[in-house]
Amino acid sequence: MSGTFVGMPAFPVAARQAVGNETLRGNLRHATHTIRDKRARAVAELDDWAALREAGKQIKDHTLRHLDRYLVQVEEAVTAAGGTVHWAADADEANEIVARLVEETGESEVVKVKSMATQEIALNEALEARGIHAYETDLAELIVQLGKDRPSHILVPAIHRNRGEIRDIFRSEMSEWGRPAPEGLTDTPAELAEAARLHLREKFLRAKVGISGANFVVAETGTLVVVESEGNGRMCLTLPETLISVVGIEKIVPRWQDLEVFLQTLPRSSTAERMNPYTSMWTGTTGEDGPRTFHLVLLDNGRTDTLADEVGRQALRCIRCSACLNVCPVYERAGGHAYGSVYPGPIGAILSPQLRGTKSEIDASLPYASSLCGACYEVCPVAIDIPEVLVHLRERVVQGGPAVRGGNRVVLKPAKGHAAERAAMRAAQWAFTHPGALRTGQRLASRTRRLHPRTLPGPGRAWSGTRDLPAVPAEPFRDWWQRTRGGKDGAK
Amino acid sequence: MRVALFLTCVNDTLYPETGRAVVRLLTRLGVEVDFPMAQTCCGQAHYNTGYRHEAEPLARHFADVFTDYDAIVTPSGSCGAMVRELYPRMGERARAEGRGDTLAAVLAPVVPKTYELTEFLVDVLGVTDVGAYYPHTVTYHPTCHGLRSLGLGDRPRRLLEAVKGLELVELPGAEECCGFGGTFAVKNSDVSAAMGADKVRNAESTGADVLCAADNSCLMHIGGTMTRLRTGMRPVHIAEILASTGEAAV
Repeated sequence: MSGTFVGMPAFPVAARQAVGNETLRGNLRHATHTIRDKRARAVAELDDWAALREAGKQIKDHTLRHLDRYLVQVEEAVTAAGGTVHWAADADEANEIVARLVEETGESEVVKVKSMATQEIALNEALEARGIHAYETDLAELIVQLGKDRPSHILVPAIHRNRGEIRDIFRSEMSEWGRPAPEGLTDTPAELAEAARLHLREKFLRAKVGISGANFVVAETGTLVVVESEGNGRMCLTLPETLISVVGIEKIVPRWQDLEVFLQTLPRSSTAERMNPYTSMWTGTTGEDGPRTFHLVLLDNGRTDTLADEVGRQALRCIRCSACLNVCPVYERAGGHAYGSVYPGPIGAILSPQLRGTKSEIDASLPYASSLCGACYEVCPVAIDIPEVLVHLRERVVQGGPAVRGGNRVVLKPAKGHAAERAAMRAAQWAFTHPGALRTGQRLASRTRRLHPRTLPGPGRAWSGTRDLPAVPAEPFRDWWQRTRGGKDGAK
Repeated sequence: MRVALFLTCVNDTLYPETGRAVVRLLTRLGVEVDFPMAQTCCGQAHYNTGYRHEAEPLARHFADVFTDYDAIVTPSGSCGAMVRELYPRMGERARAEGRGDTLAAVLAPVVPKTYELTEFLVDVLGVTDVGAYYPHTVTYHPTCHGLRSLGLGDRPRRLLEAVKGLELVELPGAEECCGFGGTFAVKNSDVSAAMGADKVRNAESTGADVLCAADNSCLMHIGGTMTRLRTGMRPVHIAEILASTGEAAV
């Protein structure tokens, strides 16, 4: 997938660095707690939240079940409205299509609306390799791009940066990309926003090609929808002569009316707003108004493989609100980069290993990047049971088993490095199905209790490095029970 | 009513005092409780680590041991959630894999009869004042599976509020996970430890003497962090508070 994530270490290793970085942890804690509290208030305002959540889940499940039909409907509607539809099986195909479309315009610059799909396929890097400069226009994406950084959050890509860091990035980097930062720029939000506004305006007015994703595609009309807070997206969608939208095939909703549900649940879940400030919708091309040429690139990139998995497919309901990130205690400590994917947090931990497979070290470790506390499921506006999918993917990692990759049914082998654990689990299973053996083990532990170290060697060090172990009691409960109630033992 | 205590393997091996407290408490409330000696482990550690197939014999064993009782009471929200939420799912998965209805049929009878301790007290016995006396300042940590999988709600708090001498103080960030998470505590030990330390700091800020929860696994992680951070607070299972009458423990 994205070249920038190749060779990422496993999650625990990447997370360790983040946990040790006090500034990063402070930035993350502040941002996630602020937004999660606001979200809870915004959601509590609606007495029909549970019904909206269920409706969103049903609409998405229905669409996924009949995706073949709705995709054809989208193609027909977009074509009828004067647009052109392209099909991309994977990242390489999508990047090739977009690069070719840009080259056909004769331009070497494009402005971009913030888009997860184009991040997923590493479009900017692919365009750069063809001599095309892609400028991110979302404020947070701009910060990430100028800082030669990677996004750390779905909604707030620069969540890991504080105001001082942003000022420093603007001061040192803006001039490399276009209009420099104003003299004497401070870290007040208004000044930072104004610096970005001036820098970006130049690009909006110059660009002939815009590239976007979409939050939704309405099948019955062929309409694409982008919701945003800043209005920068709308500038990219309306000013250029050519608009190219790269959209994951799971973004479809059947009817215009379905937006009624998501335009309530998405803003409340993501930015904790009743309604997002800008909702832009476009259908093909419209005479002299807006772009003259419109291309829709429909992206698979592992989505039909995911759809084939009956437990894991619910991840495709995701509307990228990021509520699960903001409430996740693991994300809060580890930050987004540790997930080694453009989709961080709980949703990333189930989406990335499905879209990319579980072969790499990072992808095999992602299903374990959770304490299974369930807070993500509780807040998810389309009721994705993230803990259920995590456990399902853990099974795939340690046991292997049937899956669909690249459209083919395959039997996956277990990932490397789980042999000792598997042996231990099987030994424990044997002991637990032989109560006598368990009892012998307990008694042995009790009799040798004075010899037990308070810290452990080997894998146990991971525990005892930061926590004390409990002392083993003199007598396990079952021995006490038999000693005191032995006469009426209920054993079978 | 034939009531069985499902103590869980962790409590049996490491926290027998919790088991003795449950027996003392239920006996005081007039419940005759049995401890089937063949019981072992519900299989949660296996299931949640990805060893669903290895967990299946343990689930079958659980059903075999407990199926004849009218109620199965466990002082663990997490193991209670394994039976109530995940056993039905194991049955469904076996069916989806073409292995028929046998597993689902074996597990089905025990699922609705399994209660976490505070649920059993409030919902089945209909008591909130269990006649306990515990003269300490206590803060309560609702553990994740009890809170979200079982939906224990305010039952534990109502029970604690009725304990004489007990002052209950709010825990900031109470509903945030302590970071135990079974094998998570070892597989992602740095993040787990950071979560535990934050939980302990929040607990310390309440000024309470005791942090109480309904799950000894979480308390093992929190308590191990407390002694390492030298807080002077004690982790105590809710059963031990509810069983306490100020007299010496049995």
